[in-house]
Amino acid sequence: MKKTRHELRANTLPALLTVGPVTLIMVLLIAIPLIYVAVMSLCSIDEFYNVTLDFTTDNYMQLFNADYLKIYMQSLVIATVTTILCILIGYPFSYVIARTKSKKKKILYMMVIIPFWTNSLIRIYGWRTFLGTSGWLNSLLMSLHIVDEPVELLYKTGTTILGMVYCLIPFMILPLYTAIEKLDTSLLEASSDLGAKPAETFFEVILPLTSSGIFSGSLMVFIPCLGYFFVSDILGGGNTDMIGNLIERQFQSGNNWPLGAALSIILILVTLILVKIYQKLGGDMDSLGV
Amino acid sequence: MKKQRREKRNKRLSVIFCTLVYLFLFLPISVIVVNSFNASTTKPYMSWKGFTFDWYIKLWDNTSLLEAFGTTMIIAIVSTIFATIIGTLGAIGMYRYKFKGKNIIDALLYIPVVIPEIVLGISLLTIFAKVNVPRGMLTLILAHVTFCIPFVIFNVRARLSGYDQSIEEASMDLGANRIVTFFEITLPVLAPGILGGALLAFTLSIDDVIISYFVYGQTKTYPLKVMESVKSGVAPDVNALSTLILIGTIVFVVLTQGDLFKKK
Amino acid sequence: MGNIVEIEGVNKIYGKNHVVKDLNLTIKEGEFLTLLGSSGCGKTTTLRMVAGFEEPTTGTIKVEGERVEEKEPFERNVNTVFQSYALFPHKTIFDNIAYGLKMKKVPKEEIKERVLEMMDMVQLTGFEKRYPSQLSGGQRQRVAIARALINRPRVLLLDEPLGALDLKLRKQMQLELKRLQKKLNITFIYVTHDQEEALTMSDRIAVMHDGVIDQLASPSEIYEHPATKFVAAFIGEANIYDGCITGITDGIATVTLENGVVSIRCPEDFSLLEYATVSVRPEKMKFSTTPVEGFGLQAQVKDYIYVGAVLKCIVSLPNRNELKIERLAGQELPPIGSKCYPYWDVDDAVLIHNESHYIFEAINNIKLA
Repeated sequence: MKKTRHELRANTLPALLTVGPVTLIMVLLIAIPLIYVAVMSLCSIDEFYNVTLDFTTDNYMQLFNADYLKIYMQSLVIATVTTILCILIGYPFSYVIARTKSKKKKILYMMVIIPFWTNSLIRIYGWRTFLGTSGWLNSLLMSLHIVDEPVELLYKTGTTILGMVYCLIPFMILPLYTAIEKLDTSLLEASSDLGAKPAETFFEVILPLTSSGIFSGSLMVFIPCLGYFFVSDILGGGNTDMIGNLIERQFQSGNNWPLGAALSIILILVTLILVKIYQKLGGDMDSLGV
Repeated sequence: MKKQRREKRNKRLSVIFCTLVYLFLFLPISVIVVNSFNASTTKPYMSWKGFTFDWYIKLWDNTSLLEAFGTTMIIAIVSTIFATIIGTLGAIGMYRYKFKGKNIIDALLYIPVVIPEIVLGISLLTIFAKVNVPRGMLTLILAHVTFCIPFVIFNVRARLSGYDQSIEEASMDLGANRIVTFFEITLPVLAPGILGGALLAFTLSIDDVIISYFVYGQTKTYPLKVMESVKSGVAPDVNALSTLILIGTIVFVVLTQGDLFKKK
Repeated sequence: MGNIVEIEGVNKIYGKNHVVKDLNLTIKEGEFLTLLGSSGCGKTTTLRMVAGFEEPTTGTIKVEGERVEEKEPFERNVNTVFQSYALFPHKTIFDNIAYGLKMKKVPKEEIKERVLEMMDMVQLTGFEKRYPSQLSGGQRQRVAIARALINRPRVLLLDEPLGALDLKLRKQMQLELKRLQKKLNITFIYVTHDQEEALTMSDRIAVMHDGVIDQLASPSEIYEHPATKFVAAFIGEANIYDGCITGITDGIATVTLENGVVSIRCPEDFSLLEYATVSVRPEKMKFSTTPVEGFGLQAQVKDYIYVGAVLKCIVSLPNRNELKIERLAGQELPPIGSKCYPYWDVDDAVLIHNESHYIFEAINNIKLA
């Protein structure tokens, strides 16, 4: 059937004008680069660190060396602990502010966001200033004579986790806040009316209905955590390297791009698996970006 | 009686808990603000040596820092404008029209949201290197537009889900053609979603470290400048600039959301 | 009066859905025509094709003698009142109503004058600066009507405009719309699924069913002489029975139903042994405690339901089918459980052609049993 003038003006042309640019960018700057990374992960380098098209699986073999395996484990531990801490802190906190009835609620909400308008590097550096051996906490502890000499608080796994939690907790709080705010109070009343104690109401009603927030929050905390190399750089000082640090080094000082590409493929796979699990759990992809 | 006491205790506990969380959130920021008035002149500028405004004055002489800040602002503004226009059009088009490959674009949009930024950064780096695009302002803007677009789209999309398309039909029925309808009806009604998306894009762009880190070339943004100095100790003039930015954003919030802070 | 809208041989097909089937409909100038039918019957699609939001798959639509099927909505001299009202949420009531004139580049002074005049006509004076969200449902409805009418369209299309209002307001708006239509002398094409609304307001009603117009006639004609079984069932309440004409004497047909024979005035186009459907309105039904000549129905009084001025009697037939009979309240009635004989005046029932063979089999089965 021929395309009528109406069809062209009403559909084809506007569709092209609106979706064209975004398609172009997504294909050129997302799809093709990622495919190229996958190709590069199979390439080799010559003695001048130039990428050559000699296809090899060497890069993938290298991924299994013992040092790397230790770093993967470390990354998983740090990301998992960070996620759990974010839930444990973020859930009750979001619950309280989402259930605040007065106008204060919006102010409380804004106060979660405002700190994150200061550059994240500087905030992480603020922690370093606070925790360092000549930092404020140590000065305070010494002047109170709780300790006699400065305690080394930096460069530990715990410090990196603290930094990660600090950087990523808004990604947990915001979806939780949205999910909890949507919760219909009459359901809680109905539950207690039917004889449930507060704890039972929590596990039977509140938690299942807000689980979507926990799922999307966890996804948005766990995955970026693996890649935030600057947090472990500044607070972990090289003692708490994660996959992100490995990749960064291959692309900067190490200059072995194919190996870095292969390492990135691990992150891509982890992301894909977690997103699949998230979708299986009934997660909505659109709620991740807002 | 017992119930009342329990509620009171719960309330007190939740107030204490939230206060602690807010303390946690604001602690490093207060460190930065206080340190920007620290008279200490020796690295790593940590111990308190008395109050001074010197760093705010010195800030004006630190041209490379101010330049980096200017670069960040330019990149943020330009990428926000592009991402907002492209994203808004895309969201409307994808909402309204059916076409082949729509689910592929949809899937591509989720990538910048979920994938670790470092992967996005290195993938852009490799492709820019491959096609010999010189790294600098252009590559920074391209990268920022790319990772901002999905956030604009999701915000506009959220607004579209409650959107009654018959108002566009009504507009055309009343004699407005498609272009007039778009500017008179579609755009203003979607405006809150578009603005929300633009604000998010701007925030993400200003704060971005990881992706910019891989594509910046010689054009340093403010976060990259900070990164450079982190190892040796961030100079208090950086703290001073951060404090000024913080004050700026708070003023912005109070001005735009002013009614929040008024009593009824 | 000339024809203002002519729909000829129009089909609309979405994928596998044939929504409007070979539709022919001519609408006269100044007429109030209602497209009546249940949801999915194609009435809204028909309206949207006249408005220009949908394009017919085949066929032509003429407005004022000119073919419009390829014209855009903004190029047509018809306006629409939407079911959801489709008021612009970001514009004031004044700007909403002024929109069409603004698009026509009417001078500002004239726009102001005409909008205020129109607002007065729909009793909205004083609401100029409000936004749609600040109005009640009935007020929004008036804005939607004013916004369309101010453009002085030749034809006004209304898509279930009263659907969202409560019953009382709906009744009031029905009369008001009719008054406006007479006053402005504009052709109205009105879509509704509410048969009472259609009967109250229309000059003619087109009853649509499954993409086809079953009957196009005046409200009284449609009510008194439904052309198809669907129309009989859809408009008002009716007792409807399938049967076979087993005798015609002096213009009176004897129809054999599952439960016995009945008598009915026989139009000329019915013949002996034809399958036919009998439709009787509850208010035309009577019942007696003794057998009535020409009627072989036997029933039992099951229940009386009091609904204001009338009393609804439910009587059940041997095959457990129920008959609805309406009596004026206060009349003497047989007690519940007693036997009765339903009947009617031969002129009060309607005979409808029936193509279904299923009925014949049903009757045969009973005879065999």
